[in-house]
Amino acid sequence: MLVSMSINGQTHSHDVEPRMLLVHYIREMAELHGTHWGCDTSNCGICVVLMDGDPIKSCTTLAAMAEGHEITTVEGLEKNGVLDPIQQGFHEMHALQCGFCTPGMMVTGRALIDQHPNPTQMTDYEIREAISGGLCRCTGYVNIVKAIRWAAAYEAAAATGGN
Amino acid sequence: MASHNGNARFLAGGHSLIPMMKLRLADPGHLIDINPIEAELNYIREEGGEIRIGAMTRHRNMLESDVLAKHFPIFFEAEHVLADPVVRNRGTMGGSLCQADPAEDLSGVVTALKGEAVLRGPGGAERVVGMEEFHIGPYMTAVQPDELLIEVRFKVKPGGGSAHEKVERRAGDFAIVAASAALWIEGGVIKDCGLACSAVGPTTMHIGRAEAAVIGKAPSEELFAQAGAMASQDCSPSADGRGPVDYKRHVAGVLSKRALSRAAASALR
Ligand SMILES: Cc1cc2nc3c(=O)[nH]c(=O)nc-3n(C[C@H](O)[C@H](O)[C@H](O)COP(=O)(O)OP(=O)(O)OC[C@H]3O[C@@H](n4cnc5c(N)ncnc54)[C@H](O)[C@@H]3O)c2cc1C
Ligand code: FES
Ligand code: FES
Repeated sequence: MLVSMSINGQTHSHDVEPRMLLVHYIREMAELHGTHWGCDTSNCGICVVLMDGDPIKSCTTLAAMAEGHEITTVEGLEKNGVLDPIQQGFHEMHALQCGFCTPGMMVTGRALIDQHPNPTQMTDYEIREAISGGLCRCTGYVNIVKAIRWAAAYEAAAATGGN
Repeated sequence: MASHNGNARFLAGGHSLIPMMKLRLADPGHLIDINPIEAELNYIREEGGEIRIGAMTRHRNMLESDVLAKHFPIFFEAEHVLADPVVRNRGTMGGSLCQADPAEDLSGVVTALKGEAVLRGPGGAERVVGMEEFHIGPYMTAVQPDELLIEVRFKVKPGGGSAHEKVERRAGDFAIVAASAALWIEGGVIKDCGLACSAVGPTTMHIGRAEAAVIGKAPSEELFAQAGAMASQDCSPSADGRGPVDYKRHVAGVLSKRALSRAAASALR
């Protein structure tokens, strides 16, 4: 079946088996390998992408269910060669080691900041709750929480004319 | 649906059906994706003394609903501990009930609140089914292959309070045991009660004996302890990786008592 969707602002259209999962569509058809495929049981959150701005598990979504929707993967964060603040935050705060969970964590953090009414006031609990659909076996989460907070603070400072 | 002779399934959030298909526990010849009609079936409405929740309402919508928080705090409590926020962006009310997993949180919530499911068949004929009739066995419901669950309805009665209690192995997991309780208290007397336990039987366990035992009495800790003891006796858990039978019975009793006490506190607020 022909399945079309926008990934990071670009339209993709491919003839795929109806049973193809979104994660495979992204990796194999669109050839974007930033989104990882882990447990395949909806538990690890490694495969998280944004659909119309909301984090979803792409291993538990058929490609056909994304027909006509707007998908954002980790590759869509960087704009014109400049890292998104969430990516910069992971760099600044050493929020990754092996990097396997990182794409899912980054887009989840991006959505949290975008949807939070007051991102600089996010509590640790809110951040931990938001990323609780993802597992990181390396970092212990502390630096991931710091990275998301770094990005929120950076954006607030940039918006008020600071650095 | 009719043209596929029972070889098709509706696909809602897909967060139970797709995992089941991966495990080859479900093998539908055709899937009918109902996400394109989400706009029609994702709603939480208060009208005519009832709350109506559309079948495509996502877990996240129920978690964030002011209407539900006001009338039925049990929804916030259950949704808050149901899966994780990413799963909650997709899973739906309809999928949860139709999956009929005995460990499902929302089936217990809807049973305690005495909700009714509205089913629409071929030609648009509708029928309304209470939860007693709805759950017919593990992963089995009264919904016929050619019927679509449209919405779940709840009566808003005076003096209502509700609470959900859950014990799980780790955050976001299915329950080891969960208890859902609703009470309607007027003039210091319990007028109606709903109590259900999840993960301790072949289907969501409706604890009718405990309900009957508290109706007509004044709420008290002793009364709720008696009701909890009944839940502990009347459920029928089996031993698995989440624990032995005795332990699950004990937890069902403790959680039922706690859920009833907190439901009473929220009713009297
Ligand atoms: C990692 C993970 C953790 C989870 N943890 C929990 C938890 O802690 N507690 C809990 O309660 N649940 C949990 N769930 C289950 C979650 O709530 C599911 O989203 C839900 O059970 C199914 O909803 P769905 O919309 O995804 O249904 P689907 O998977 O799309 O459908 C499930 C079944 O219902 C049928 N169906 C769906 N909608 C309709 C309709 N309107 N009419 C007729 N039939 C219909 C389908 O044909 C299918 O047979 C978890 C799921 C995952 C993946
Ligand atoms: S690969 Fe999707 S949740 Fe693990
Ligand atoms: S950095 Fe290795 S799993 Fe998170």
